[in-house]
Amino acid sequence: MGEREYDASSHAPPAEVEEMELVHPRTFLGKYIWSQDAKVIAVQYALTATAIGLVALVLSLLMRLQLGFPNSLALIDPGSYLQYVTMHGMIMVVYLLTAIFLGGFGNYLIPLMCGARDMAFPYLNMLSYWVYLASVLILVAGFFVGGGSSGAGWTLYPPQSITPGTPGADAGIILMLVSLAVFIIGFTMGGLNYVVTVLQGRARGMTLMRLPLTVWGIFMATVMALLAFPALLVAVLMMLLDRLLGTSFFMPEMLSMGEGGEHRGGSPLLFQHLFWFFGHPEVYIVALPAFGIVSDLIAVHARKNIFGYRMMVWAIIIIGALSFVVWAHHMYVSGMSPYFGFLFATTTLVIAVPTAIKVYNWVLTLWRGNIHLTLPMLFAIGFLFTFVNGGLSGLFLGNVTVDVPLSDTYFVVGHFHMVMAVAPVLVIFGAIYHWYPKVTGRLLDTTLGKIHFWMTFLGTYAIYYPMHFMGLQGVPRRYYAYGETAFVSDSVQSLNAFITIAAFVVALAQLLFLYNLAWSYFRGREAGPNPWRATTLEWQTPHTPPRHGNFGEELPVVYRWPYDYSVPGVKADFIPQNVPPEAVEREAPVGRGGGS
Amino acid sequence: MAIAIALIVLAGGSVLFYFLSPWHLTPLASNWGAIDDTIIITFWVTGVVFLAISLFMAVALIRYRHQHHRRALYEPENKRLELWLTGITTLGIAALLAPGLFVWGDFVRAPDDAHEVEVVGQQWHWSFRFPGRDGVFGDARNALIDVANPFGLVADDPHGQDDVLVDHPAVLLPVDRPVRVLLRSKDALHNFKVPAFRAKMDAVPGQVTSFWFTPTRTGEFQAVCAELCGIAHFAMRARVQVVEPQRFDAWLAEQPTHGERIARGPGNPEAGQAHYAACQACHGPRGQGQQATNAPRLAGLDARYLRRQLHNFRVGARGTREGDDFGRQMRPFAQSLPDEAAIRDLAAYIETLPLAPTAATVEGDRRLGERLYRSCATCHGPQGRGRAAYRAPRLAGMSDWYLVRQLEHFRAGIRGRHPQDAYGNQMVDMAQVLVDDAAVRSVVAYIGGLATEE
Repeated sequence: MGEREYDASSHAPPAEVEEMELVHPRTFLGKYIWSQDAKVIAVQYALTATAIGLVALVLSLLMRLQLGFPNSLALIDPGSYLQYVTMHGMIMVVYLLTAIFLGGFGNYLIPLMCGARDMAFPYLNMLSYWVYLASVLILVAGFFVGGGSSGAGWTLYPPQSITPGTPGADAGIILMLVSLAVFIIGFTMGGLNYVVTVLQGRARGMTLMRLPLTVWGIFMATVMALLAFPALLVAVLMMLLDRLLGTSFFMPEMLSMGEGGEHRGGSPLLFQHLFWFFGHPEVYIVALPAFGIVSDLIAVHARKNIFGYRMMVWAIIIIGALSFVVWAHHMYVSGMSPYFGFLFATTTLVIAVPTAIKVYNWVLTLWRGNIHLTLPMLFAIGFLFTFVNGGLSGLFLGNVTVDVPLSDTYFVVGHFHMVMAVAPVLVIFGAIYHWYPKVTGRLLDTTLGKIHFWMTFLGTYAIYYPMHFMGLQGVPRRYYAYGETAFVSDSVQSLNAFITIAAFVVALAQLLFLYNLAWSYFRGREAGPNPWRATTLEWQTPHTPPRHGNFGEELPVVYRWPYDYSVPGVKADFIPQNVPPEAVEREAPVGRGGGS
Repeated sequence: MAIAIALIVLAGGSVLFYFLSPWHLTPLASNWGAIDDTIIITFWVTGVVFLAISLFMAVALIRYRHQHHRRALYEPENKRLELWLTGITTLGIAALLAPGLFVWGDFVRAPDDAHEVEVVGQQWHWSFRFPGRDGVFGDARNALIDVANPFGLVADDPHGQDDVLVDHPAVLLPVDRPVRVLLRSKDALHNFKVPAFRAKMDAVPGQVTSFWFTPTRTGEFQAVCAELCGIAHFAMRARVQVVEPQRFDAWLAEQPTHGERIARGPGNPEAGQAHYAACQACHGPRGQGQQATNAPRLAGLDARYLRRQLHNFRVGARGTREGDDFGRQMRPFAQSLPDEAAIRDLAAYIETLPLAPTAATVEGDRRLGERLYRSCATCHGPQGRGRAAYRAPRLAGMSDWYLVRQLEHFRAGIRGRHPQDAYGNQMVDMAQVLVDDAAVRSVVAYIGGLATEE
């Protein structure tokens, strides 16, 4: 190759969509609070998600305190321990990760990267945030009602989630369910927006196969969420009816508090199927945006095109589709028909193939690159390592036979934290270091960032890797204390203390990060419009931070794919997407590009 | 560069950790060696892939680190390489999946000669049922469960009459005989798990689930609950003893059948009154308790709890430990009762004794006590009146100095750690919530207040 850039053309198709009219706010309130600008909404989403995420972080520290140093804090009793477990899990998965990837990064990056002025329906978009905020507030209210928040585990399995004997079964669970329903409504408003914007709002020349992988990841995750969340909504509403009106969707003939209850004929397993029909795609709703973003981080900072772009796009689509037919691998020992095990183990392991392809393509992108070890790159590498580890431990749990002894142990806790907590969060950090200069006009401090990276990367590995081995020994999860459990060796207690210390170190690092965010906002180095010399459209805006409407007078026209880095024969090592082939500055024909 | 070194050290360290870590599968005690094999295969395959990818990354980071004159290679795709990698991965995945599915084929089909045991989960303990001589379980329904019929057996089902009921969380199984475990739950989801057996399954109210295994070595194993089932989930344990078949048969023959339990009835209070003569010197003529003799109030306790404690004293599950002087005093009195019938009668008599108020002797912070009592309330009831279904005795109105002493003993493991004292073991775990003496006194003071509200 080399003579001509991949996928570049000088032809720009005529505009298909009319210029949109934006409501330009005049007051401070209109600009920063009741804003219809996707970028402001993005920041609102991100700040709210971070705030509630910090609550969940504190809850995890309380849990770790109890596990590492049992009964050192009188305030943690078995009931409150389970409440911490439940709220930590639910907040992290739904209210932090889902919200920040789709509501935060989705809002900020989709219009900018697609070359649109804003989301397709700005008013609906604004509403989406306020409904999300309401869901967070309802959830938080659970902490303050009588009996406290729900302690049913984030999976909310009935019957115990709504029967006495589980903390928060009177009021906490109702607030949890209402909050989830409200969240889903708010998300649907935003989600429809993201999908329509990607499909209808792209700039001239921005074909689907020229979209940055970030947009592909967020787009596919949103499509999945729009299909998966309704299953949760149904489950939530039915459980509310069971709890409030005494219906029996999920409630069989059973005792409550040792006495006969009123319920007849419901099925606890039905809930599990509905929950995981949502819950498994949810894993990829969090993972796919991370996959997309990390692809772009690696390409930009290794100055190299992402390897196998088309394969990467198809892998995202195939993973998204397959993730709807693997849900019952969460239920191998749930008491469902054991014959399901054959089917779901097979689909689950099949999904490993496109996932592995993505991993290969990431590391092959590094190969023969020109790797700048910037903060986003460090976090991207941290993600790769953690994700490979967590993905491989998934091969244990997805393979039905292997799962039997390991399910409901710390192996599971280690696995899902690696794969869908630490890995995506490392991408979030990398993405913030990467796009913060666009959002604020200033770079984050590198020294603080490096300390943050090392403490977080090494600390989380120290937390979660050993957990797999506790699980191998059979140590059950969601236990307040282990007392004298014959198969739990004494050394497990020392290990738990070690993990707790590591958890506090990681938490401390996040305080540094928050400090960095605040400090750099005022004192950070001026970034300029394109500090990373990246090709995608968000870096080509006339203003930094971009103003309402994103691109000034003229919307950009796209002539090439987003990965024209280090094109042979071209002077600069990147060509922005909106540069037509004839405008590219070329080297004298003698020089030859290529690696070392 | 540091990151490349970190990747090499972490990847290598992780693999070493597998070999050096003291935490590994518990020694196998069932036929499911094949499950262990699939785990080991998966460790090897994933370990190799993990090392390969991590080291590849590290090398890439070292070799292709940014230099001024370096330019990255421009290579959008490489179809051959991508196809090769896809093919190899597919083969690797198939190699992992195939053995797993073969073993699963065995897992889902119990052998024809397997005998059956029913494991019943409830918040927060286990009980067991064997099908009896006819080899068929009687029908059972959760709606029929009460104190007299804890398994909810259908009265007119003849198959149920000879079902052997083990209404406490300890069971024996014969070695080398395949057993099909049927699981039932009375209230919440539970999961009966003995790590050494590898196999496990959820118990789901409203349906019967199952798994099978063959115990391959004798010994005592601890069963835990592996599915979150409420606040005492962590303290839901059972003892499984795998024994020689003769011992199992003898043990099974000693256990009462459903028919025998119904015929036996609850015990005769009049007959029990005669046995009470030995108790009243210390516990008082009306069972009101006397601090001077260190004898707690008995009136108000349910017959089941009394029977269990008398039984514990007789077999040495209580009243044998260093530090439990008054328990040791009690033991000979319990042993002087002639037989199980006498225990039943005596307990039935004590249950009829009237409630009389006890004097408050313990001071504490009742507001703290109220918060601490939340952990107790689920089993002992919000008013402290006890709940038979939870095997939890009345607390309200009982001698408060005695409660303090028992809580101290539970905390220290002086009471409750005997393997045969199943519910005592649970109390040891729960009592850890009380972190110091002040907490113990506060919760007892709060419990004292509950009695006056009656």
